[in-house]
Amino acid sequence: MDAFEAIKATFFQECDELLADLEAKLLVLESGQADNETINAVFRAVHSVKGGAGAFGLEALVRFAHVFETLMDELRAGRKVCDDITVRTLLRASDVLADHIAAAQGRVPEVDEARSAGLVAEMEVLTHGEASVPGAAEDEDDDFGFVPLTVGLPSLDLPSLGLPSLDLPPLGAPAYAASGWRVVFRPHGAMYANANETGLLLRELGRLGPISVSLDDSAVPALDVLIAEDNHLVWTIDLTAAVEETAVREVFDFVESDCDLSITPLGDAPVMDDLPPLPELPDLAAPAPADLDIAALLARAADPAPAPVIEAAPVAPPVAAAPAPVAANAPSAPPPVAPVTIRVDLDRVDRLINVVGELVIQQAMLAQRVAESGLTRSSGVLMGLEDLELLTREIQDSVMAIRAQPVKSVFQRMPRLVREVADMTGKRVKLVTAGEDTEVDKTVVERLAEPITHMLRNAIDHGLETPADREAAGKAPEGTVHLAALHRSGRIVIEISDDGRGINRERVKGIAVSRGLIAEDAVLTDEEVDNLIFLPGFSTAETITDVSGRGVGMDVVKRSIQALGGRISISSIPGKGSTFTLSLPLTLAVLDGMVVGAAEQTLVAPLTNIVESLTPRAEDVHYVGGHDAVIRFRDSYVPLIDVAQVMGFRDTPVPSGQGVAVVVETESGARAALMVDAIQGQRQVVIKSLETNYQQVPGVAAATILGDGRVALILDVDAIVANARRRTAGPELKLAS
Amino acid sequence: MTEVQTNAAVRELIAFRIGEQEFCVDIMSVREIRGWTPATPLPRSPGYMKGVINLRGAVLPIVDLGARFGLRTSEPTARHVIMVAHIGGRTVGLLVDAVSDIIQLTDGAVQPTPDVASDDVRTFVKGIFALDGRMISLIELDMILPETEAEAA
Amino acid sequence: MTKTVLTVDDSRTMRDMLLMALEEAGYRVIQAVDGVDGLEVLAANGADVVITDINMPRMDGFGVIEGVRADPNHRHTPVLVLTTESDAEKKARARAAGATGWIVKPFDPVKLVDAVRRVAA
Repeated sequence: MDAFEAIKATFFQECDELLADLEAKLLVLESGQADNETINAVFRAVHSVKGGAGAFGLEALVRFAHVFETLMDELRAGRKVCDDITVRTLLRASDVLADHIAAAQGRVPEVDEARSAGLVAEMEVLTHGEASVPGAAEDEDDDFGFVPLTVGLPSLDLPSLGLPSLDLPPLGAPAYAASGWRVVFRPHGAMYANANETGLLLRELGRLGPISVSLDDSAVPALDVLIAEDNHLVWTIDLTAAVEETAVREVFDFVESDCDLSITPLGDAPVMDDLPPLPELPDLAAPAPADLDIAALLARAADPAPAPVIEAAPVAPPVAAAPAPVAANAPSAPPPVAPVTIRVDLDRVDRLINVVGELVIQQAMLAQRVAESGLTRSSGVLMGLEDLELLTREIQDSVMAIRAQPVKSVFQRMPRLVREVADMTGKRVKLVTAGEDTEVDKTVVERLAEPITHMLRNAIDHGLETPADREAAGKAPEGTVHLAALHRSGRIVIEISDDGRGINRERVKGIAVSRGLIAEDAVLTDEEVDNLIFLPGFSTAETITDVSGRGVGMDVVKRSIQALGGRISISSIPGKGSTFTLSLPLTLAVLDGMVVGAAEQTLVAPLTNIVESLTPRAEDVHYVGGHDAVIRFRDSYVPLIDVAQVMGFRDTPVPSGQGVAVVVETESGARAALMVDAIQGQRQVVIKSLETNYQQVPGVAAATILGDGRVALILDVDAIVANARRRTAGPELKLAS
Repeated sequence: MTEVQTNAAVRELIAFRIGEQEFCVDIMSVREIRGWTPATPLPRSPGYMKGVINLRGAVLPIVDLGARFGLRTSEPTARHVIMVAHIGGRTVGLLVDAVSDIIQLTDGAVQPTPDVASDDVRTFVKGIFALDGRMISLIELDMILPETEAEAA
Repeated sequence: MTKTVLTVDDSRTMRDMLLMALEEAGYRVIQAVDGVDGLEVLAANGADVVITDINMPRMDGFGVIEGVRADPNHRHTPVLVLTTESDAEKKARARAAGATGWIVKPFDPVKLVDAVRRVAA
């Protein structure tokens, strides 16, 4: 990617951030808590988008942003009041602005023109009042390159200067003098205050062509009455170059309002008469004008040392500008001090995390080799290794924290989604969020958006009643959906709850029976019925309303959560509402696991799945139907799965009375006992994906590298248990606990 | 370096041996050569997938090329060699008996695979050529890995 | 001697564009994200020219100009303001605050470098 493309990519990234900030601030405005700083922040966000868009020539975006910005300018200046109607318009405008940005980026084919034009019209009405002029009122025709000075042209009767007479062009036409220009320049004291320097201006003129400079310091008073800030020097520069007058005038662009300037074609009378009269000064003897050495003058101007006295550099604060205390500009109270942050390339963080992961592995390998080498416990080496392990763990935790991001970035997209779904389904919805600052590893955050989106859609579409139904039920017509994130027992929990009608258990059960998912006479707890909606095959096109063209069943949502190592469940109170609970590991990069041996292989079982481990005696194993092994665990019997056998490492199961049974629980709450040869310990392992270089393997979630350098597979407990059930199950075992 | 001369574009290939047969692949695909280390087997995978090994912290699947080509499978020993190759964005280890030399081949020297070759072989062999009286098969690596199965519904 | 330009702008895109254009022209560039940051960076590092945006959080461009002029070490450091606003009033205000010149956004890199060169001693 070349540099320009890279900056364009930066621009679009920045737009995402600006949009998020914009929406957040608009929501504050909506809640009535706004102050002028909030409105200013909205202005700045739109202004920045427009500025960048202009740099990349994104016309449609610039046009829309300009109208938006103009309205914000009126609001921040207090010329227009920011009332409820205005805020609602601004919210919708921010949605369309986002669309324009997405279109400019090529993420969507085009913007809804009607909607965009509609909002432009609305904003203009708010900006200009009802009798507004249609279309954006743009001031961009203003040519503010320079303010034309009136320069009186001398009469054609030229005084004799010994110069050849010139054909003077008529007044007003851009003067292209054949031989050059005479510039007479008298800076005001204020000019120097702005760090403009005559020397630099002369240097610029010098770039246009050869110049000869003369200085008239006849008006300079004696030192004891000289006011340092004032200027009494007049410079006359003859530029012998065939350039346009505009080129000459351009040199003085920045200073024109702080000087007296006349530009006349060379050959005219000296124009000192045309300058405004000098201020009245006591009449004192003045030194005679002299020709100065231009080279020496420029050298001095270029010299960073303090300027010579005749330059009259002001030593007191400049006259024109009112000095202001440094931090005076914020119109409202200063915002709370933000933590110091730096921007880091994500690639670097990812690389760092990988390397730290390998550091952890190497440290474990080293520890193992040292242990195997038989050094005694009191050896300094072993103690050093323990310290190393602690340090490594700390580094890993710190590095993980770098990549931790608040879920805010995902939550921020939700208000717009809720607005849209509410609109489409004709419901009235208020979204309340909490815990947006809850932090999670970047790898997880990005995968949250989709499931949260689906759950919100589901809540609004199925959970909430129409305003009429709600009123009939004695509820407020506007439904509320809560979206909250929190940390709980080492995981991140996302809850989405609505105050709608709750799950219709009869109906859900009926659908499940009709789809063959449960037996007609199956006895289920309320919670089990609620969670039937996650079963594959539960939802079909008939049961899902096509909200914005997508029919997605909750089973797909559940699978995507599980792919992240997460769990999802629902609970509901009929008539009152439902709550989805989503729990995810804090990071996808490491896992706490139990290391077990099966056949000659070492495997890892995720600790989150493990309930307990037992050493069963031969008589504890029973056989259902003659060949399906079960084992007693607490109050019930759970299937016994020989891991080495199902993984294909061995044909025969662990001999009776040997081995260890690890009781596990799957996402759906189903339990089984995994039979392994031995438990080797508990470790935090770095997760290595199999999909990167290979593909998904049934029964295997991922891989890791153990202390001995060998690859160990991480078990996909859910898949193993589900597979075992499928092979053995009759309907009565499907929901056995 | 051995050269097979004709007047056309030149490719650099690395030659290796499986049993009595010789093959070669584009040298640009092969990143390094390693000795054999025992692999962790993958459950329910095709017979030619020997498992995975640790390559400097990355999990590398090992394909027994002999088995993949439908030739006999021998149990890998320390004398066998793993060629670490990049195939379609993945890094994969190819288990072969030995790596021989680097060949500079001009395109014109390659002949099409003869009809007697089995279908298995033909999936991978893009052509053959002669070198010092030996017949060497030119292998295209793209089809080496098993097809990714579609997600079960 | 290489000149240092301090760019003060809350937009990352703008900062990147200024950096690209100025570094290509041989200037050394240091950056700040708003007015407060800008004055701190200036005090710590010094600069030969300051380029500042007008609309920024915490302290706007006018505040920057005034802050630079009030700093005894930088009273005569040229300050250029970036403005998209074709608003004579804003320019006058910038002038009054002490701005040396201006650059119009979206800027032409050639014009940008030209403006910097014109005011840099």
